[in-house]
Amino acid sequence: MAAQSLLAQKPDVITADPILNIGPAKQIVDLCRSMSLWPMTFGLACCAIEMMAVGMARWDIARFGAEVFRPSPRQSDIMIVAGTVTKKMAPAVIRLYEQMPAPRWVIAMGNCAISGGPFKFKGQYGIIEGVDNLIPVDVFVPGCPPRPEGLLEGLFKLQEKISGKRFWPNPPVNGPFEEGK
Amino acid sequence: MNAIPAELLRIIIGLVAVAVSVGLIGLVMVWVERKVAGHIQRRPGPFEVGPSGVLQPLCDALKLVGKQLFMPNGADPILFWLAPVLSFLPVLLLFLPLPVGDGIQTLDVNLGLLLILAFSGLAVLSVLLAGWASNNKYGLLGAARGVAQAVAYEIPLLLSVLAVAFVSGSLDLAQVVKLQGTWPWNWNIMTQPLAFLIYIVSALGETNRAPFDLPEAESELTAGFHTEYSGMGFGLFFLAEYANMVVVCSVATALFLGGWHGPVLPGPVWFVLKVSALMLLMVFARWTYPRVRFDQLLVINWKWLLPLAVANLLLTAFFVKLAQFA
Repeated sequence: MAAQSLLAQKPDVITADPILNIGPAKQIVDLCRSMSLWPMTFGLACCAIEMMAVGMARWDIARFGAEVFRPSPRQSDIMIVAGTVTKKMAPAVIRLYEQMPAPRWVIAMGNCAISGGPFKFKGQYGIIEGVDNLIPVDVFVPGCPPRPEGLLEGLFKLQEKISGKRFWPNPPVNGPFEEGK
Repeated sequence: MNAIPAELLRIIIGLVAVAVSVGLIGLVMVWVERKVAGHIQRRPGPFEVGPSGVLQPLCDALKLVGKQLFMPNGADPILFWLAPVLSFLPVLLLFLPLPVGDGIQTLDVNLGLLLILAFSGLAVLSVLLAGWASNNKYGLLGAARGVAQAVAYEIPLLLSVLAVAFVSGSLDLAQVVKLQGTWPWNWNIMTQPLAFLIYIVSALGETNRAPFDLPEAESELTAGFHTEYSGMGFGLFFLAEYANMVVVCSVATALFLGGWHGPVLPGPVWFVLKVSALMLLMVFARWTYPRVRFDQLLVINWKWLLPLAVANLLLTAFFVKLAQFA
């Protein structure tokens, strides 16, 4: 299956560009990459609704420069796998991932994309149990579905992973749900 | 020792200034566009990267430079990489005859308008090449649409420009501007309001801006003619689009809005102010109106813009002749 061949191949090997591997240049480019992560217009199930909500007025992912949902995989940097990956959909997911050019990242959004979620039971035949069986995943955002804040936090984690620094304040650990008060 | 000819020096300085300003305009317009989009949809837009997100376009540009360049299987390697360069380079040429202020003009030719209209036609070629060479059905469909649209919208655009040329009796942009006065009621827009309207609508069609952005309509064609372009290949198309907008708005300013004329402030300031106002208008139009269907696009052109432009031209010619006899 295509999944095995893909897992064997490390995405960093493709990224290796001699000029961009000089220390400061790499740092600057990484910073820019983390600040302009363009997602792919791509939703599989109900988590995609939350992903759309992140782009809308209340949460506005545009604040962090990630609102440019590109229709073409060639121009996008992250793939937000938002929803259940069925076995019928799996080849398309792999293909879209393969179509993205080199520095590329994947966010697995929601329990279905992480592990199969509520559809995982003994003898199930329809779904892939976790999208990381198909493509390498960088950030897992748990929830069923995750709240939009959750996806934003996932984006921050990815930015931290790329640039090595967290830019935005941490959320309160046991903080009250502030809008109700 | 021979001195460098003044004209050559002038052209070199002008070219450098144009190249720098095109880059800067691209960066600023990306920011403006995203901010306007945000505020129209009741959200702040880019906000955290630099104060109010001003560093956002810089990050985008550097990211695009650092992205893997990619060519699909079966694509034509020469044409594929020629297309983005061809979309960007002629635009630099279009800036040369633009009169920014009184005497501030890189290339003083008496057929400046013709030069701009001729070379802006090359943009269509780049769209066609990009769609054809990328060996992608969406790209090809986008290119076909782009050509049909550009051919259609070029005609009313030319006819509306011609009406102004009849009134001024010149194709030299600086000359056209000189014939207009300081105050708004002295500008050509007062005598040619219909031509101005036709020009703006066809300009939106010519630059592939929404609501006429059918060559790259993402709801039907993935990304249209630039579906297969990654990194800076896509970046160049992006930059060329904004540069084309500036040219189109500058020509509209020179032809209809009195160019550098205006009270109190110096000329170039007025020119930049008018061009920015027109660019903002185009950005607002993009985020206000939904995309038209392709048949609607052609109906607007062939059934409305073209007959109106012809009627306007005939009337203009009639009154110009009448004024000669009077």
